[in-house]
Amino acid sequence: MHNEHIDEHFSNRNIAEMHSDYYLVGIEDYPKTGWDKFKRVVQRSLKGELFVGLWVVLREMIRFDIHTIKYPEEKMPIGPRYRAVHEMKRLWESDAERCIGCGLCEKICISNCIRIDTRLDENSRKEVTEYSINLGRCIFCGYCAEVCPELAITHGSEYENASDQREHFLIFQDMLTPLDTMKAGAQREFEGFGAITPHEEERVKKTPLAY
Amino acid sequence: MSKITINIDGKEIQTQEGEYILNAARANNIFIPAICYLTRCSPTLACRLCLVEADGKQVYACNAKSKDGMNIATVTENIVKERRAIMEVYDVNHPLQCGVCDQSGECELQNYTLEMGVDQQHYAIKDVNRKDKDWGHIHYNPGLCIVCERCVTACKDMIGDNALKTVARGADAIEAEFKESMPKDAYAMWNKLNKSLIGLTSGEEMLDCTSCGECAAVCPVGALVDTHFIYSSNAWELKQIPATCGHCSAGCQISYDVKHTSIDNTEEKIYRVMNEWNYVSLCGAGRYGFDYQNKVESKDEKAFARAIEAFKKADTIAFTSTITNEEAYILQKLKEKFGYKLVNKEAKAFANFLNEYSSISGTTLYGYDLEATHNANFVISVGTAIKSDNPNARYALNNSMSVNKGAGLYFHPVKDPVVEGLGKTIMTMYHAPLQEEVVLYLILDLFADKTKLPSDISEYLASFHSKKTVTIEEIIKEEITEIVKVMKKNEESGEEEEVEEEKKKIVPKKITKEVEVDDNALLKILGADDKFMEDLEKNLAKKDSFVLIAGPDLYTHPNAKNLARLLALVEKYSALELVMIPNLTNTLGVSLICDLDDDRGSYTIGYNTKGDFTLSALGDGDLDMPAINQQEGTLTSINKRVNPTNRAIGYNGYVLNDIANALGLESEFTIDYTSKLPASKGFKSEAFDDLPNHYDNDGTEHRGYLLENLRLETNGDESVDRFKDEKLEGSLIYLANPVRQFTPFTYKCTNLDEVSGIYMSEEFLSKSEFSEGDIVRVKSNNAEVVANIVSDNKISGDIVLLPTFDSKLNSEALFSGYRFAIASIEKV
Repeated sequence: MHNEHIDEHFSNRNIAEMHSDYYLVGIEDYPKTGWDKFKRVVQRSLKGELFVGLWVVLREMIRFDIHTIKYPEEKMPIGPRYRAVHEMKRLWESDAERCIGCGLCEKICISNCIRIDTRLDENSRKEVTEYSINLGRCIFCGYCAEVCPELAITHGSEYENASDQREHFLIFQDMLTPLDTMKAGAQREFEGFGAITPHEEERVKKTPLAY
Repeated sequence: MSKITINIDGKEIQTQEGEYILNAARANNIFIPAICYLTRCSPTLACRLCLVEADGKQVYACNAKSKDGMNIATVTENIVKERRAIMEVYDVNHPLQCGVCDQSGECELQNYTLEMGVDQQHYAIKDVNRKDKDWGHIHYNPGLCIVCERCVTACKDMIGDNALKTVARGADAIEAEFKESMPKDAYAMWNKLNKSLIGLTSGEEMLDCTSCGECAAVCPVGALVDTHFIYSSNAWELKQIPATCGHCSAGCQISYDVKHTSIDNTEEKIYRVMNEWNYVSLCGAGRYGFDYQNKVESKDEKAFARAIEAFKKADTIAFTSTITNEEAYILQKLKEKFGYKLVNKEAKAFANFLNEYSSISGTTLYGYDLEATHNANFVISVGTAIKSDNPNARYALNNSMSVNKGAGLYFHPVKDPVVEGLGKTIMTMYHAPLQEEVVLYLILDLFADKTKLPSDISEYLASFHSKKTVTIEEIIKEEITEIVKVMKKNEESGEEEEVEEEKKKIVPKKITKEVEVDDNALLKILGADDKFMEDLEKNLAKKDSFVLIAGPDLYTHPNAKNLARLLALVEKYSALELVMIPNLTNTLGVSLICDLDDDRGSYTIGYNTKGDFTLSALGDGDLDMPAINQQEGTLTSINKRVNPTNRAIGYNGYVLNDIANALGLESEFTIDYTSKLPASKGFKSEAFDDLPNHYDNDGTEHRGYLLENLRLETNGDESVDRFKDEKLEGSLIYLANPVRQFTPFTYKCTNLDEVSGIYMSEEFLSKSEFSEGDIVRVKSNNAEVVANIVSDNKISGDIVLLPTFDSKLNSEALFSGYRFAIASIEKV
C-alpha cells in the first residue's frame, strides 16, 4: 500500500542510458592452451617491461616532481559525505546543542555502541546528561546520522582514531562543535545520508494552518 | 447469559449474549481499532474508532451488544474514511516532537496514525495555549492530550477516586465548512474533543487522591506521565520482567521495566512498573514502590558463618509474611528437621481463623475471589480498612458498583471519605470496635435463608425483631370533581353560550398514617440511622450476585473463632459469596505451608523481624537476604492463586536456601521447592519454570495456578456463640497504614513519600488541641509510643491510625492482638 512512496524516491538509475560516453574496456582473451600461456610468458619476459618501470622511477626521481602524499604531514581532502568520527552540531541561531536526547541513534545503532542518559532539567526540558560512542565497536555505517531528526549527530572528516586499546569512548563534549568555531561561523554541515536533500520542499506535504 | 454465535468479517465466533462486540472480537483475535475503551470499565464513546457495521447498521463496537446471529463487518468504505478522518483530527495541532515525549515507542497515537496511513492533514484549527501542569506524582501535558478520557474512566469506574474530569478547553468553534465536508462521526468526535481537556475534580492545583498512577498507565499518549519517570528512559530501551507485586495479598501482575543504571554504571535498575491495565489495576505502592531491593555487593562469609552458628543455637524462627512460598517451605522443612518453633503472629491468627471457618464450611479456603467480585453487583465489606489493607478489594468493590449498576455496604469503625466517595450507592456504617460480631449477625439476619439456618440461630435472630408503629407521611393521588364553566356552541341555535360541566381531576394529597413496621434491634445496637433499611432495600433492588469481603480486623478479634464460624454460616446459608483479605503479601501461603507456633523460645532467629540473630532483606540485619524483587519464587494471593515472580535486579549475597543447604537440606535453587509445596494444602506439583504469567486477549488469567480448595470432613457442629454486647469507646487507636504503605519495604521506596507518624484525620485535628507535626505520646495498657502527628485527609472521625510501615515506630506494641485499642494521647 505504501510502496508508491518508495517508487517516487528511486527514479531511473540506468547509467548506460543517462551517460552515453561510457564505453567498454578492451580486454584480451585469456590464453587457453599450454602453448599460448608459454608464448605469453616469453613475450612478457623479453619485452623489457621491467626496465620500462625502472626508467619511470628514475625519471621521476630526477625530475623532483613527486605526486606521493607525504602522510601524515600531508593529507588528502575528504569528501563531505565521508563517514568518519562523529560530530555533534550546534544550532546556527543560538549556538545551543541540536541534540534533543530522543535516543533514536541509540536505538538504531546496529553495533550497539551508542548510549545516552537523559533527565528532566530545571527548565522542564529533556537534557542529555551523558552520551558516549564506543568507537571500538562503531562500524561507521552512518545510521545514527541518518536517523537523527535534528541533524545533530553527523559524521565528520576525522578518521585518525587509532588507539592503544580496542575500546575508545567518545563523549558528548568531545564531539560538540567548539563555541569559537561556532562564533567564527565555521561549523560544517554534513551532506551525507540524513542531511536535507535538494528539492526537499517539493516532497513535503504541507499541513494546513488555521492562522 | 447464554452462548451465542456471531459473525465478524466472515468468521463465526462464540460469545455471551449481551457481550460488547469489541470484547467478543478481541477475545477471538479480531482487530477492531479503539482508543478510549478500557476492558473492565464502562464505554466512554470518545474516540469513535471502533465503528463497525452490524447487520447493515453502523454501531460502536465498544457499546453495542452482541445478539445471536449478528453479522458484523469491521471494515467498510465509509468506516475506513471515518477512521482516517478521526486520526487526522487527533493529529491536528499535536506536537511532532516525538523525540522528547516519554510515550514515544508505545504511543497509541503514533501506532494508529501509521495504521490508518495518515500522511496528510486536511483539517486545521487555531490552537489554544495549553500549559503543562505539575500535579505532584503525575505530570499533565495538555498539549499532548487527545481527550480520550481513559484516565477519567479508569479513575471513576475502576479506582473510585473520581479525581479527574473533563474541563473546558476554551477553543474557537470548528469552522462551519468542516461540518459539511467531514465524515459525520469524525466531526462529532472533533466537536467534543475541541471543547474539553482533562482537569482535577477538586479544582485544586495538586492531585489529592490515593495516588495509584493508573491514569498515567492508561494514557495512550504522553499527556499523563509519572513524574519520576519523565525523560529518564525511552520505552524501547527497557526490558520487561514479568513479576508479581510483593506488597500486599492482591498479588497483582506487574512488569518491572529494567535497564542499566547509567553509562557509567551497568548494574540493572528498575525504571518503572507497568501493568496490563485492561485486566489488572495497581495501587500506588505497586506502581511506585519498586526500589526496595537490598543492595548487597558480595557474599559476607563471616556473617554467613555466624548465621549458621546462630541457627545451631536457636530454637525459634520468627518471620513476617513478606516471603515467598518457597522460603516458607524451607522454614517448615527446617522445623521438621531441627524442631524450630515457627513464629508469625498475623499468619498464625489467619491460619486459626481459616481452620475455624473450615470446621463449618467443609473447605480449606473461602469460596470466592476478587476477580469474580468485579462481576458481582452487591458487595459488603466487614472488618477491613479496605483502601489500605488491600487496594484491589476496593477496586473490585468500586468496579462492581460502577459497571454492574451495583451497590455496596461498608462496615468499619474508621470513617472513610474515600469509601464514601466511591459513589451514591455505597452505604457506610461506622460501628464501634468489637461490634464485628453484631455486624455478622446483622448480615445473617438480612441475607441468610432463615428456614435453613440452624433453628437456635434463627430464633436468636428473631429475638431482635419487634413490631413498632410509626407515623409516616405519604402522598396519595386523589380524584376530585370540579365544576367548570366552558363556552360551548349550542347546536340548536348555533350560538356560543356558557355551560357548566363536571370535570374529573387527579391531585396529589399529603396524608399521615400510622403503619406497623419491623424494628430490628441489631441496627440500633450498631447505631444505624433510621433510613438504613429504606436505603438498603432501594440498593438491593435488582441485585443478583452478592459478595462479602472480610478483613484482618476479624482475625485478631477477641472472639475471632466465633467470627470465623459466623462467616462460614453466612457463606453457607445466604447468597453471599465470601472473600477474606490475608493481612500481608503471602499470609495465605505462609498459613498453609507452615505449621506455626504461638510463642518464641529462648533464642530466636528473626527473618525480616527482630531476633537474637536477624536475617533481613531490609538491609538492617546481621545477614542480608534478598527482597522480593530480587528473587524467583511464588506468592499466594487473595485470589487463591500461586503466582510466580521473577528477579528484576541482581543480588550478590546469600539467600535462605544457602543457609538451608549448609544445615543439611539439599537443593540447588530455592525454586526447586516450587514443585514440592504441600499438595495436602491444595498446592500443585508444578515446576517454577512451567508457571505462566500472562493474560489472554479475552482477559483469561494465566498466572501460576489456582490452589485447590480441598473438601474437609465436618462434624456437623454449626453452633455459634451469642454476641457479647461490648464495644470499645473513648480515645481509640487503630493499627493501619495509610494508602500506598504496607510494610517497611514500601517505606524504603523513594517514590512513596508518606511520612511516618501518628495519623489523625483533619476533622479530629481541627477540634482537638493537636496540630500537624506535634510530638505526642500515645499510651495504651501495653506500651507507649512517642511520635509526630501526621494529618490525613483520607480518613475522618476520631479514631487515630498507627501505621506499621515504619518499624522504628513499633506501633504493634500498643495493641494486644486486636487492631483497635484504647489509648491516651498527650503532647510531649
